[in-house]
This record gives sequence, C-alpha cells and structure tokens, in this order.
Amino acid sequence: MFQIRCPYCGPRDEPEFKYGGQAHVAYPSDPEALSDEEWARFLFFRDNSKGRYAERWNHAAGCRRWFNVIRDTGTHELVGSYRVGEQPADAR
Amino acid sequence: MRRLPDRGRVDHGHRVSFSWDGRTVEGLRGDTLASALLANGIRVLGSSVLMSRPRGVVGDGVSDPHAFAQVGAGDATEPLMRMHQVETHDGLAAASRIHQGILPTGADPDRFEKRHAHCDVLVAGGGPAGLAAALAAAEQGARVILVDDHPGLGGAVLGEDLILDDEPADHWVRHAEERLRANPDVTVLTRTTVFNVGDQGAVALMERVSEHVPADRRHGRALRRLWQVRTHQLVVATGATERPLVFADNDRPGVMLAGGVRGLLHRYGLVPDRCVVFTTNDSAYRTAIDLIGAGVEVPCVVDVRPDPSGPLVRRARDLGIEVRTASAVIATDPDAEGALAGVRIVGLDGGAEEAVACDVLAVSGGWDPLMDLHHHVGGQARWDAEQLCFVPEGTVDGLRLAGAAAGVFGTAACRRDGHLVGLVAAEATGFGSAADGPAAPAAEEDHAGAPADFVVVPGTDPVHAFVDQHRDVTIAGVERALGSGLHHVEHLKRYTLVGTGTEQGRTAKVNAGRMAADRFGLPFAEVGVSNARPPAQPVTFGALAGRALGARFDPVRTTSIHPWHVAHGAVFEDVGQWKRPWFFPQGAEDMDAAVLRECAAVREAVGMMDASTLGKIDVKGADAGAFLDRLYTGVMSTLKPGRARYGVMCKADGMVMDDGVVLRLADDRFLVTTTTGGAAGVLDWMEDFLQTEWPDLDVWLTSVTEQWATVAVVGPRSRDVMASLAPDLDATQDAFKFMQVEEAVVAGMAARVARISFSGELAFEISVPMTWGLALWEAVFAAGQPFGITPYGTESMHVLRAEKGYFIVGQETDGTVTPLDLGLDWMVADKEFVGRRSLRRSDMLRDDRKQLVGILPAERLPEGAQLVEDADFEIPVPMIGHVTSSYDSAALGRPFGLALVRKGRDRIGETIYAPLADRTVAVEIVDPVIFDQEGARRDG
Ligand SMILES: [Zn+2]
Repeated sequence: MFQIRCPYCGPRDEPEFKYGGQAHVAYPSDPEALSDEEWARFLFFRDNSKGRYAERWNHAAGCRRWFNVIRDTGTHELVGSYRVGEQPADAR
Repeated sequence: MRRLPDRGRVDHGHRVSFSWDGRTVEGLRGDTLASALLANGIRVLGSSVLMSRPRGVVGDGVSDPHAFAQVGAGDATEPLMRMHQVETHDGLAAASRIHQGILPTGADPDRFEKRHAHCDVLVAGGGPAGLAAALAAAEQGARVILVDDHPGLGGAVLGEDLILDDEPADHWVRHAEERLRANPDVTVLTRTTVFNVGDQGAVALMERVSEHVPADRRHGRALRRLWQVRTHQLVVATGATERPLVFADNDRPGVMLAGGVRGLLHRYGLVPDRCVVFTTNDSAYRTAIDLIGAGVEVPCVVDVRPDPSGPLVRRARDLGIEVRTASAVIATDPDAEGALAGVRIVGLDGGAEEAVACDVLAVSGGWDPLMDLHHHVGGQARWDAEQLCFVPEGTVDGLRLAGAAAGVFGTAACRRDGHLVGLVAAEATGFGSAADGPAAPAAEEDHAGAPADFVVVPGTDPVHAFVDQHRDVTIAGVERALGSGLHHVEHLKRYTLVGTGTEQGRTAKVNAGRMAADRFGLPFAEVGVSNARPPAQPVTFGALAGRALGARFDPVRTTSIHPWHVAHGAVFEDVGQWKRPWFFPQGAEDMDAAVLRECAAVREAVGMMDASTLGKIDVKGADAGAFLDRLYTGVMSTLKPGRARYGVMCKADGMVMDDGVVLRLADDRFLVTTTTGGAAGVLDWMEDFLQTEWPDLDVWLTSVTEQWATVAVVGPRSRDVMASLAPDLDATQDAFKFMQVEEAVVAGMAARVARISFSGELAFEISVPMTWGLALWEAVFAAGQPFGITPYGTESMHVLRAEKGYFIVGQETDGTVTPLDLGLDWMVADKEFVGRRSLRRSDMLRDDRKQLVGILPAERLPEGAQLVEDADFEIPVPMIGHVTSSYDSAALGRPFGLALVRKGRDRIGETIYAPLADRTVAVEIVDPVIFDQEGARRDG
C-alpha cells in the first residue's frame, strides 16, 4: 500500500486516492484538426516504461484535488508529487 | 518423547485438557499443540499429501513442514494452523489434518478487528538481535514497535542453553524487556507475526489476541487483530531456519532438525529416549551436549566432515560422546507405525553399513537466514560460500536486516549487530547519530569449525529420499524435472511444487536449488533459490475482513422515504449502494403481476415513484453553461433559467457515459441529474476536466444527491394530484410546460417542481429537502387516493421507458455504444464536446454498426438473447445483435423489448430470430418508440 504525498494535504494512505493514468496527456485543443491516427494515439496510446513515470492521482477521499506523482515503476519508489500546472522538476 | 519434570518453560503444575482427533489429551500450560502431542507419545501427526506416508514433528518453529492441524469446531474451525503456534488450553479442539484442511461452510463466529499504527522503527523479531535493535533505536528517541510471534520475547534464547555476559542469556533478555516495556514510546507486541511488507514502510501484522485462552474467557475480545503499520524503518531480525539433509526415509516421524530437538527440550522439557545426531556443522553438537546434560542417551554424533574440531566438538568429545567423522546416515528403520526406530550409518570413505537404534535423529544441514520480508520488497540475496547459506545482498530502502537474518550467527554477535542496526535505523529516521550512539556490546570471535558443503548422502535411494517433505518431492522427482529440461529454479518449483507449501518450503528450497546447481554444473550463486512471496505466514481471510462483514461490508444508502417502502412491502433492488423499491406486490402478486398492474395504473390514472436516488450535481459559476456545453453532446448554455433539457455525455472515445436532465436554476447555476449508479463517476469526470483541462473556468461542483428527495407523480391524472397538493401552483399546460421548472409550495413545503417524464406520460417531479421526503411522499399518496395513485418501482419504470424507446445507460449501452448508435443524432450538436472527434473515427462510420431498435418477439425473450438473420441456420452462425431489454407490456398487451442489431434502422419491418436452447423465436424489428409514437400523452 503506497503512502502518497498529496500536495495539499500531505502524506496519506493509498486507499484515499484514485489513479488517473499517465500525466501530461492533455485533451487536444482542436480535436477536429487531428487525423484518425493522431486522435487514436491520444485515445489509446500511453507509455508503459520502466523507471520514473509521471502519473495522475486524485485525492478522492480527501481534498478531491488532482495532482501528479513521479513514481519509479521498477522499484515503486514515489519520488515526489506536484500540482497540476507544475512541471515534474517541481516534484518534492 | 517424554517430559522431564524440571525442565522447559512450561508450567508443570498446571494441566490443561484438550481434544485431539476426538480423544482427550492432557498438556501443560505453556505447551503448544505440537509439544503436548509429543509429550503424549503421539509421534505420527498424519499422513503425507501424495504418498500417504506417516509424518511427524520436524522442528519447533513455523518452518516445520508437517506441524499443521485443523483447529476449532463447527464454523469456527480453521485449517492448516501452525501447531508450534497453537497454544493448548482447556477446550481446545484439534484434529489431524497436516496438509489439507477443511473450510467451514457457515459464517465465521469468531470476531476479528483491525488497527492502524505509525512508528519510526518497527522491529520484526524479539531475539537478541531484535531486542538490541529495539533498545538502541528507542534510546535514540525513536518510536519503536517490537513484534515477536512467540508468547514471550527472547527468540532463539528460549530454545537454547546460551550464555551472554557470563550469565544465562535469559537474564539479559528479561533486562532488555523491562527497559523496553518501561519506555512509553515502545510498543511490544508478542504473539504477533509480520506477514507482509509493502511500499513506503507499509507493514502488516497479525496479532493473536485471544485464541490462546479458552473461548469462555475471551470476554468479547477479538480472536486476532490485523495491524496496518506505517513505519519509517523496518528492522528484520527474524533469525534463521535449519536445513535438513537428504537420505532414504528421511521423512519418518522422529527424524527432526537438531535445533528443533533443543527447542523441545528447553521450551517444553521434552526429550527422546535415544538420540543420534547427524550434522554437517558444529551447531548440532549443542543438541548432543544438551541432551547428555538432561540425562538422555546419545549413541553418537554422525558428522560428514573428516576432521571436525570446533569448541563444541571438543566439548562433546570431553563429555564422552562418540563422534563418527566422515560418516553419514544413509537410511532409517521404522517401528510398527512407521516412525523412527533406528538409523543406518555409513562411512563416506566406504565400509559397512551399521544399524543404530534411536527414537529421534537430530539432523543439521546448516542454517538459512530467514529473509522473507526482505524478499517481499524486492531484496536480493547472494550465496555465502564460507557460511554456506544465502545472505542478504544490499538493502532495500527503509528495510535493514539484523542478526541471523542478516547472516550473523552467535548470540553475542547477533546482539551486537542488532544494536548497530538499531542505531542506523534511528538515525535514518532522524533520531541521533549512529556514530555517537551508545557503544555496542562486545561479541567474542566465533571459533566454530567450517561447515561441510553437503546435501544428499551419496548412494541414497532416490525414490524414498525427500527434498520437500511437505509436498512429497523426492530426489527422483527433482531429477525427473531437471531431466525434462527445467533449468530454472522457478520452473523446478512449478513443476515439482518444491517450496510451494503452506510453510513456503523453507526447509526445502535451498536443497532443491543446490541439487539443480550440481546437476547442471553451475555455481549455486547463479542458480539461486525460488523467491519468497507474501504472506510470510498464512492469514485467515476473516482477519483481513475484520468487522467489515454483512451490513458493514459496504454502505447501504436509503432515501428518507425508505421506511414507507419497507412498511408497504416493497421488494428492493440494489442500484449501486442504493436500495430502491423494485416493485410493490399486493397480496399474493408475483413480480410480473405487480409490474403489469403498476404500469397500467401509470398509463391509465396516476403512479408515484421515489426518484430521490438519481444523482444530482450543483454546477455553479459564471462559466457553468460553457462548462456543460463542453461535456454534453447538446448545448446547455442556451437554456433559460427555469427550463430543463435532456443531455447525454460521452467518454473521450465517443461512447455513451451517462445521461440525465439538466435544470437551469439561475444564470450562474445548473442542477445536473445523473443515473443513480453513475453519480459519483460523473462528478469525478467533471472535476477531472475542471481541474486539469479547464482550470480557467469559473465553475464550482457540489454533489447534492443526498440533499434532495424527489417524488415523481406520473400519469394522465397527475395534474389533478398536483392541483390538490399545490393549489397555488398553476399546473395547466399553458402555465407549466414540458421541461419547465417552478418553485412552489407543495403540501405546505417549499419545493421545486419540474415537468420531466421518463415514461412518456404527463409527469411532475417534486423535490424537497431530503429530510422532508417522507412527509412529501405521504402527502402525495394521500392526495392521489381519489385518482387511484399507485406507487411503482424500478421495474415498472424500466418497462414504461422501454415502451417509449428510452435507453438506460448500462442496459442498452455497454461502453461500445455511441449516441449515433442509439439514434440520438438530433442530440449531437454541431460544436466541440468531449468525445466528439471519436464519432467520425473510421470504425464509427461503418455502416454495419449495431443500432438501437424496438422488437416485438413472439414470446418474451431473455435479456441478452443473441439474434440471427435466418430461422434455419447451421452453427456457427453470425450473430447480428442481442436483446438489451425485454418485458411484458400492459399497454401493448404483448411482450416487447429493445435490441442492438447490425444495421438495425434499415431492418425495421424485417423479422429476425432469437435461437434459444430448445427453440427459435421469431422477432419483428420495429421503431424503438413502440408506444405513443406521436408523443400525444406527454402533456396530458
Ligand atoms: Zn489532498
């Protein structure tokens, strides 16, 4: 069971959170301008890498805020958390 | 074995009585099930899993491959309980079931509970290393939890005759325990097992709270308690486990591990009559020495080494014990019940086999650090070619090993190591500096002789020599697997089941890996052993569930009107966590009869339904309209205050996600309704977009589902009911139009009334604060009496909406259905919304997609029935669709339904077929709107 640092509430147990998949995958600003393939890449393709991975979490049973976490998918180390709008380098 | 009157840690003056396989057996207070049975001369615990061979106690700890029993009676019975952990008490009922237990069929009458805790340093293991680590960390100021799975602290000290600081090691243990218990920042948990280590210091413990006392003295206490601890540092001081040797008939009851024999003596005062010792190392000489000291006959120590010479060997020789060097036990002889009667000893350099009578053979093939918890978090191990065992390689963040678990052997050395590790753990947590901490106690150098690298006795009969006794795997079995090309220990494990037992094969894995390495001529370090997995010890499901059972398993949500439904005999349906009335049977009505009556009442007069469970989200802010426009396929921003509009939202992939009516209450305020089951998901979905995609929008979301009770008054007489209920409300068609929202006083309550219909009938949905729901319901029911008002449930609601061709999310849709598939083209506005781009992906534009249609089958079909094109078909036959809803209609006087059918809209008027198990039913495809196609009933 992870202990996740919510940037608003501090460290809390994993059951308080909901997972939201890879971070920094924005909804395209002009979907109609995308080809079928470009749209499919947004819809269906996500990285599945070993090592440091930026992912979204929601403090669902707490402040209900979405934020981002850097997690090492190889070791399960939670390197840090940062708010929406911040960059991975801001993680702490 | 027999009990010495003055030895062991049992209370010789306190007898307890329990049952074993139905017969009454006596033990002493302090006995485990295993020791009490041995004291009663019960050597055979049961028969083995595959070969039905007699098996007995092997050791004195949880690595024992056979010491499992069924414990408890009735539905409290538990399988595969560790006999070295089960403490005997009056009334204990146990039975011989060493490898396959019996599961109870009824609910568990025992109570379990859970507790959460936090600490800086958690120490697993209360032996010399763990005690020293806990003391050192606590003295530096850390909050410490010390956990040990025995009733008392001391670990190996309790099962040995050891000296520390020139005193019996017990003295130091008692002193250490006193200091720990006096420290308010230290929690000592005995009878507690660390069974799992997770991420970021999540440690799971199982505490045996009251199972060791008779049931009538538990006084309502839980049987066991699950502790979920979050610790900064974990010190694993779980000791080591002894390894057996492999020779013919090494599984006979009476063939035991040498340390286990010592443990039975020092813990329980149990000794054999005649004991031969068979070893590859010095440690087993303690067994010979301790037994001689207890007056037991030890014919010889059989040592595979040609020239053993350590201090313990010298002491044994000084005591006159015969040491047979360069020798081995190659086979054993049985007594009448198959237990040990004697051993066959051979010289490893040749020479004749010699038979020596004995009732116990004490074996030692070396010691393996117990590193399971280190492995749980991905810790690695390396082969130590000097100590001949795997030892930890490096450490995983936040977890440190100490003492024998770290490959440090010897009491004083373990204590010293524990002290040092405890200081480092405290420092890592921010308490003190390890370098400036209290000085470590001294540890004299270990002068033990080198152990021999030895597993299988040469010339052993491979068919009767066991590598894994728990799983009945012999040398022959391992060789068969290796000969089949299984080169990896993990493959060997799966094929032979070596190391997969209830005790995780702790006595088997190293020997099996060693055999694989020898067979392939590989260094053992490369071959390794199979991995340890959580839980480190078996855990009862009941303990994981705790008190979250029955009504506490999941919250039950009810509306404020619920008591009325119960009082009026409603049959309930679970919708998410909500209890909703399914139908209201009258007299002896079955569901079909009740639903026909309820539907007829709604179509012909008036019905009422509790619609309070529908999800309600308050969407407020200057940009609320623009926000909803981006999520719904339709336009919401053009709604006038006081008006409502039906909306559908899609996932990004264009599939229908949820639907509901949106009410505009003010310029900056909407009330969004969702499906009952989808409310939480829709709110999450909205929050996600608001926070992460459009944080610039001025929008605030609040769930108000439980703030409003809603009663739907539905049917041609509903306007009459409203006139009676709300005389000040002008409910005429001109004043109160379809999809209009009014504030009004209804039955004396301030209410919101909306003309919303999910049945095609004239309908009013009245909403009041949830606490007034029951009063409103009762007022509606009373006011409706002159018009024959009929309460109806979700089943009638489903029938009524299906007659009108209204889909239900999750019934007509399954995550592969778009608004266009449902025929909602008119609702898909020409503007951007989430999922819109997906609606023109090539797969969405195919002309053979399944589309929503109405069906008129010759008989009522089961929902989910597949549909085919022709009545005469040969299997395999292409399925062209399936039935999503199927009912009998009171209004139509016949069965009907909805279906998703390929090119369905082009097929209206055609007949297709539903093949059932024993017949094929003709199905006419019709427009989804089967009843009141012109919509004449909506306005009454
Ligand atoms: Zn939070």
